[in-house]
Amino acid sequence: MITRTNIKSGEYYDSVTLMEVAQGLLELEGVVDAAVVMGTPANKGILAGADLLTPEAQAAVADDLVIAVRTESDEVAEQALALAETLLEETGKVSEEGGMLSPPKTMAEALKRLDGANMVLISVAGRYAGGVAHEALTQGQHVFLFSDNVTVEDEIALKELGREKGLLVMGPDAGTAIINGVALGFANAVPAGPVGVVAASGTGLQSETSSLARMGVGITQAIGTGGRDLKTAVGGIMMLEGLKALQVDPATKVLLLVSKPPAPGVAAKVLAQLGASEKPAVVCFLGGDPKIISAAGGIPAETLEEAAYLAAALAAGQDAESSLAQLAADNAKLQVEAQKLRARLQPGQKYFRGLFSGGTFCYETQLILKELGFKVISNAPVDKKLTMADSNDSVGHVVVDLGEDEFTVGRLHPMIDPTLRNRRIIQEAEDPETAVIFLDVVLGYGVHPDPAGSAVEAIQAARALAKAAGREVLFVASVCGTPGDPQNSVEQEAKLRAAGVQVLPTNAAATRLAGYILDF
Amino acid sequence: MAIQELFGQPLKAVNIGLESFTESLHDQGTAAVQVDWRPPLEGYVELTQTKDGIDVDAANAEALERIRTGRPLLVGMGIAREVIPGMGARMILHAGPPVEWERMCGPTRGAIMGAAVYEGWAESYAEAAEMAAAGEFEFDPCHHHATVGPMAGIVSPSMPVFIIKNETFGNVTYTTQNEGLGKVLRYGGYGDDVLKHLKWMETDLYPALASALAVTGPIDLRSLIAQALHMGDEVHNRNRAATSLLFRQITPAIIETSEKEVAQAVLKFIDSNDHFFLNLSMAALKAMLAAAEGINGSTVVTVMARNGTDFGIRLASMPDRWFTAPAPMVDGLWLPGYSEEDANPDIGDSSIAETGGCGGFAMAAAPAIVRFVGGTASLALSVTQEMYELTVGEHKFFTIPALNFRGTPLGIDVRKVMASGITPFINTGVAHKNPGIGMVGAGLVRAPKKCFVDAFAALKEISE
Repeated sequence: MITRTNIKSGEYYDSVTLMEVAQGLLELEGVVDAAVVMGTPANKGILAGADLLTPEAQAAVADDLVIAVRTESDEVAEQALALAETLLEETGKVSEEGGMLSPPKTMAEALKRLDGANMVLISVAGRYAGGVAHEALTQGQHVFLFSDNVTVEDEIALKELGREKGLLVMGPDAGTAIINGVALGFANAVPAGPVGVVAASGTGLQSETSSLARMGVGITQAIGTGGRDLKTAVGGIMMLEGLKALQVDPATKVLLLVSKPPAPGVAAKVLAQLGASEKPAVVCFLGGDPKIISAAGGIPAETLEEAAYLAAALAAGQDAESSLAQLAADNAKLQVEAQKLRARLQPGQKYFRGLFSGGTFCYETQLILKELGFKVISNAPVDKKLTMADSNDSVGHVVVDLGEDEFTVGRLHPMIDPTLRNRRIIQEAEDPETAVIFLDVVLGYGVHPDPAGSAVEAIQAARALAKAAGREVLFVASVCGTPGDPQNSVEQEAKLRAAGVQVLPTNAAATRLAGYILDF
Repeated sequence: MAIQELFGQPLKAVNIGLESFTESLHDQGTAAVQVDWRPPLEGYVELTQTKDGIDVDAANAEALERIRTGRPLLVGMGIAREVIPGMGARMILHAGPPVEWERMCGPTRGAIMGAAVYEGWAESYAEAAEMAAAGEFEFDPCHHHATVGPMAGIVSPSMPVFIIKNETFGNVTYTTQNEGLGKVLRYGGYGDDVLKHLKWMETDLYPALASALAVTGPIDLRSLIAQALHMGDEVHNRNRAATSLLFRQITPAIIETSEKEVAQAVLKFIDSNDHFFLNLSMAALKAMLAAAEGINGSTVVTVMARNGTDFGIRLASMPDRWFTAPAPMVDGLWLPGYSEEDANPDIGDSSIAETGGCGGFAMAAAPAIVRFVGGTASLALSVTQEMYELTVGEHKFFTIPALNFRGTPLGIDVRKVMASGITPFINTGVAHKNPGIGMVGAGLVRAPKKCFVDAFAALKEISE
C-alpha cells in the first residue's frame, strides 16, 4: 500500500468542489482512499483518522490544498495525483445549463457555445463584413456573406483563403443558398434530389430551385457565389470550387450553373472544369453565347426557365428535346391568351412597366423583350445605352430593378419591404400610356411574410384609379416560390388571381405573355 | 478540408447581422446562434505579431500566466516615506494617470488640501490650496510607485501603508488603510474631523495592525479573495465578506498585542467598515498584475485608473505609457439628498479590481451588489459573461459559483476590446464634484473607448 500527498500552496477551492475531486480519484482503479482538502487543523484530523496524514500533510497550513491518496502501487498514485490536477482544472469550465447565458457579443464566443458550428452568416455593414468573414474562415467556418459593398480586393483575398482551406465563401452580395437542405438568406423550401446548383445570382438560384420543385425535382446543394465571382478580377473562384465539390459529391447527378455572361477567360475556365466529370451539366449564362457551352460539352439554356426544364428532364432520365417541345407548346397557349387580354386595352395604352425585386428576373425580362423586338430601358440595363434618364420616371417600355442601390440606401430590400414598389404601381397606373404592369413576387425564408397580399392592396387601388380614368391596366406577375415556403406559393398565387392578375409559373413565361400582349 | 465534407452534415450556423436569418434557421429546425454584434472600434486591424517577430498570443499567454499565478501576501506595514520607493519628502501620490493641479478635480484637490494640513505643511486648507497651486508640492500617480489608492487615492509621506508582496515573483506593492465611509479624505472630504480620524489611524490603528501582523505572519490575500468571491463579494464595491474573513484572521492577534481600549476601538472600526478590505484587494491585484509588466508584444492591460479628470490605461508591453481619455460619468444610484448633478467624473485606482479579474468582471459572484449599483441579479451574470469576450483567459484561483466555478475573466486584451467594440465594465463609488463633501453614490461605468483606440494605435506602430 502506498500513501502519497501533493501540497498545493495557496490554492483555495470550496469544499464541495474538493469532495467531487476526491470522488473522482476514488473511481480510479487501484485507489483505496483519497482526500482532497484544505490544510486546516480540522481537516488534518480527518486525514489522520483515514491514515492519510503524511508528514507533508502534517506540515500544511490552512491556505494549502492537500491532495492525499492511498493506492495499490506507485504508478496508480502518480495517476491519481495527475488526475486530481486535471479535475481541479475542469472545475472552472463553462456550464451551459440553466439558459442564463446572455447572447454572445462576438463570433468567437458564439462559436464556443455552438458545438460543431460549420457555417457563419454575415450581413453586417459592408465595411466591416470583410473582416468578419476573414475571422470566420480563420476559425474554419464556411461563410455565407450577404453583405454588399465589400471591396473586390477583399473578395479575392477571402475566396483565395476559402479555396486554400476548402471552405465555401458564398458572396459578398450572396442573397441565397441552400446547403444540406437548409435555406440561407432569401431561399425557398425545396425537396432533396439529384440536381446540384451553383449560381452567381441569388434570384437565379431561387428561380431554378423553385422551378425544379414545381416539377417535382429536388436538389443536393444550391451554392451562391455572389454576383462578382465570374468577373475577371475574381476569376470565378467560388463557382469553380463549388462545381468541383458537386462533381465529386455522390448525391449530385445533374449539374446546373447560372450566371450572367462571365468574362470570356473566366467562362473558359468554368466550362473547362465541366470535363472533369461525366455528370450532365446545364449551363445558363443569361444572354451569353450558347455555342461555347455546347463546345465544352455542356447543355446551354437561354433562360432561367429553360435551364430548370432541362435540368428536370435530365434528372428524370429524359432527353432535353422533349422538355423544350413542352415549353414551345405552352408558349403557343400564351399567344392565344395574349390576344384576349389585348382587347381590354384602350388605344394609346402601349407600354410595358416592369417593377422588379429580383435583379436577375429584371435582366432576364430585358433579354426576352429584346428578343421579341422591343426597345426597353432600365436602371439596370443589359446594354448601357438603354439606361433610364431618371429611375423614378418611366418613359416608354421600362423595367426597373428596385433592388438597385438608388432605391435601397437607408431602406430594406424590396423583397423584405415592398412599400416602394407598391407606390410605384400606383404611379405607373396613373400614366395613360401604361398597358402592362409586371411584377415578380418572390417568396421564401427571410422575405416579406405576405408579398402578394401587400401587392394586391396597391393593385386594387391602381385598378380603381385607371377605371375612373376610363381604362384598364393589365397586371402580369410570376411567383417564385414553393408550397412549402412560409408564404405558401399556392395561396400567394390565389390572392393575385383574385385581384385579376395574370399569374405565370416563371418570369420568362410571364414576360412572354406580356410581350405578346404588346406585340401589335 | 474540402467543401464536399460539409455535405450531408447537420448544418449549424452562427448568424451575424439580420436577426431574421436566425429566425428562419430556427423555423427550419436548424441550430443557430445569433451574435449580438457591434462594429469594431475605429482603427482595428488584425494584429498577431510584432515587428520583432514576437507572437502576440504567446506574449499574452505568458502575461496571463504570470498574473494568475501571482500570490500576494500581506507581509507587514510601514510609513509611506520610509517604505514606498521614490516617495519624496513633499510628495503627494494620487490616483489615476498624471494630472497637474490646474486640471485636478474637486475631490482630488480637497484630499490634497486635507493631506497638506495633515502633514503640517499648511496651517489652513486655503493656504494648502495656494501652496499646491504655487507648485510647492510634488504630485505623482500612485501607480508610478507600486502603490494604489481608492477614489482620490491620496498618499502623503506620514501615512501608514500596508506592504503586500507577490511571493511568486517577489514584487511589492503598497496601499493606505481604508478610512471607512462618509466624509473621508479619499472622497475629497477634509476638515478637522477627517484629520482627527486620519491621525487616529496613524497612532492607534496602524501600530495595532502592524503588531498583530507580526504575530499572524503573512496573510494570503489571494486565498482570502478567492473565498470572498464565494461569499458574495467582488472585492471592489462589496468587501463585506473579505473584511469579515480578515477580521477572523487578525482579531486574536490584535487582542493579544494591543491594550484593551485600543483593541476595542480598532476591532469596532474594522467591523463597522465593510470596505476595510478594499485597499488590500486593490494592492493584492496590483501586485499580481505588475508581474506581467515588461512582457514584449503583450496587448494585455495591466492598469486601469482614474484621477477624476482623466481615465488612463497601461499595457504589459508598455508599462510606462499612459493612454488617457476624459473620465466618464458614472451611471449610478444616489445617496439621499444627492443626484447626478453632484457627481464627479469617475475616479480612483480601484478599477485595478476589474483589470485583475474582480470588481465588475466578477459581478456574477456578487448578485447582492446589483441593487446598490442599480440592476438585477441577471445583470450581474450577464456583465461577467460579457467580459469573458474581452479577456485572454480566466482566473485560476478566483472562481464564480453561479457560473459553475468558472474562473473570472482575466487579462483584458486591447485587441479584443477593439474587435468587439465592447469596453470593460467597472463597479464604482461616486464622489461629490466639489472638495470637502464626500461620497454621493455608486454605480456602473464603462472604460472609455479612446484609451483602447490610442493604445492599439501605439501597438500597431511596434508591429509594422
